[in-house]
Amino acid sequence: MQPILKGTGLVKRYGKVTALDNCDFELMPGEILAVIGDNGAGKSTLIKAVSGAVVPDAGTVELEGKPVHFQSPIDARAAGIETVYQTLAMSPALSIADNMFMGREIRQQGLMGQLFRRLDKAEMQRIAREKLNDLGLMTIQNINQAVETLSGGQRQGVAVARAAAFGSKVIILDEPTAALGVKESRKVLELILDVRSRGIPIILISHNMPHVFELADRIHVHRLGKRLCVIDPKDYTMADAVAFMTGAKEPTAAEAA
Amino acid sequence: MPNSDNYEAAASGASTEVASFADDEGKGLVGRLHHTLHVNPALVPLIVLLAAILVFGLVLGSRFFSPFAMTLILQQVQIVGVLAAAQALIILTAGIDLSVGALAVLCSVIMGQFTFRYGIPPAIAVACGLAIGTAVGAVNGWLVSRIKLPPFIVTLGMWQIVLAANYLYSQNETIRSQDIEEQAAFLQFLGTKFEIGGAIFTLGVVLMIVLIFGLAYALRSTAWGRHVYAVGDDPEAAELAGVDRHRTLMSVYMLVGFICGLAGWVMIGRFGSVSPSATTGVIGNIQSITAVVIGGISLFGGRGSIMGAFFGALIVGVFELGLRMGGANPQWTYLLIGTLIIAAVTVDQWIRKVTA
Repeated sequence: MQPILKGTGLVKRYGKVTALDNCDFELMPGEILAVIGDNGAGKSTLIKAVSGAVVPDAGTVELEGKPVHFQSPIDARAAGIETVYQTLAMSPALSIADNMFMGREIRQQGLMGQLFRRLDKAEMQRIAREKLNDLGLMTIQNINQAVETLSGGQRQGVAVARAAAFGSKVIILDEPTAALGVKESRKVLELILDVRSRGIPIILISHNMPHVFELADRIHVHRLGKRLCVIDPKDYTMADAVAFMTGAKEPTAAEAA
Repeated sequence: MPNSDNYEAAASGASTEVASFADDEGKGLVGRLHHTLHVNPALVPLIVLLAAILVFGLVLGSRFFSPFAMTLILQQVQIVGVLAAAQALIILTAGIDLSVGALAVLCSVIMGQFTFRYGIPPAIAVACGLAIGTAVGAVNGWLVSRIKLPPFIVTLGMWQIVLAANYLYSQNETIRSQDIEEQAAFLQFLGTKFEIGGAIFTLGVVLMIVLIFGLAYALRSTAWGRHVYAVGDDPEAAELAGVDRHRTLMSVYMLVGFICGLAGWVMIGRFGSVSPSATTGVIGNIQSITAVVIGGISLFGGRGSIMGAFFGALIVGVFELGLRMGGANPQWTYLLIGTLIIAAVTVDQWIRKVTA
């Protein structure tokens, strides 16, 4: 089977630091691929390299077998790759609806939309409300509330809802449950499974081993800027995975990527 | 799964109520006021403006509270009003533009000199002035967005460059009002006056009002407007969320250059003559920043409305005319304006507290 998103020989240096050291990466259609690794292993840089936020110094990225050269997250988004960043990428002073439709606003039909480029705020608010209700994370009473007035968990919910609503090929989630409580985390995990059931593959970056082992079809273990191995969560324990990513245990030749 | 991992089961008996937003009820008067101001930042300057008109109206009577005096204020603030609209756009992107006043003077000089030195038809000379204003704005925008220099530094330099270029090019020569009237009346087009029941308007005032309302619409109801706020609020977040930061900044700086060109044209209508040493070149930037700050637009970007900047300019105009009519020393105006600036920023800090 052909990978939907594939990175080959990715290199990214920041000055003297090599964040990505000839790294390979493969995401298969319809799967949830977890990426785990110690702090500073280069997980975030890897994700940024395939989502357009960072342009790699060397290596190629292929989407559905075709090489792509993302210069910005806008390019990747146009290609159907949605990312929820750890920082959430929200404009605090703008409303929930404004944030969800940032960069892909809906214009009104007819003369007002075409000539005066007037936004269809009612429609955007309706869709935003619907997407948030789908997520079940919160009952939004005021979709025009500024994002800065939401709690951390609510903000994360909005960011995840945004990616789930618009991602058509790949959805990348960088620590999607980090700021969430137990119940809210459960909702996000259900949402991730729901997105997969729609046939959209997901890259999940997380430090939460129970979540990773529960959801992931495969686990990409990242260490020292490259892929150490890819393991099947059914064949390994959480302790094995932690041993691999911290270097306490080296994978055998068969396991190594 | 081992039992120890099944910690989530413990939450199954919890209440199923999900996070919800509290209504405004129970916050008390101050809380509700805070929320209203958070949503409508132009409300504070509007209240101050109406209060100032009321107080001066009560003290000075019908002399101040007349259609003539009210529209005189509009005429007196038209240049600062147009420049404040430009300044507001830049400040919404978390920048500042010190070159607006100088650029307006340069544009007016170009409109005049192109007509009188080269014999270009006035309408084309006006278009040239607007184009050069836009070009200077584009240079500012490129330096801010691409070279990533701080807007303060870029426009501090541009202010001096433009002002010097203005003196060098014009050879410090003023074009007299009578000459313009006889040979190129179109340059004074925006000074055309018309009367509605004792109220005297000029086309420059009309232009200022149309410009303010047009920009207010664009900022509120178009994608471009949302992007201006997003870039001013948090540029990295806006970029990751899919906003073309460079294009947004370039469009803002070029539009501001164009508006400065319009301000130059308004100046010719207001003064009649074209003078390279008009005070706008030196204090226009500070006047416009004052109007914007009194208007409740946050200097940190991303917050405020352009109507606020308009009200800010009008507040200054009301104070100036009111105190002059009352026979007060003009220094009182500056003293009060200074107080207002500090008060406005204090209110802004309070509004920015996110507990609204």
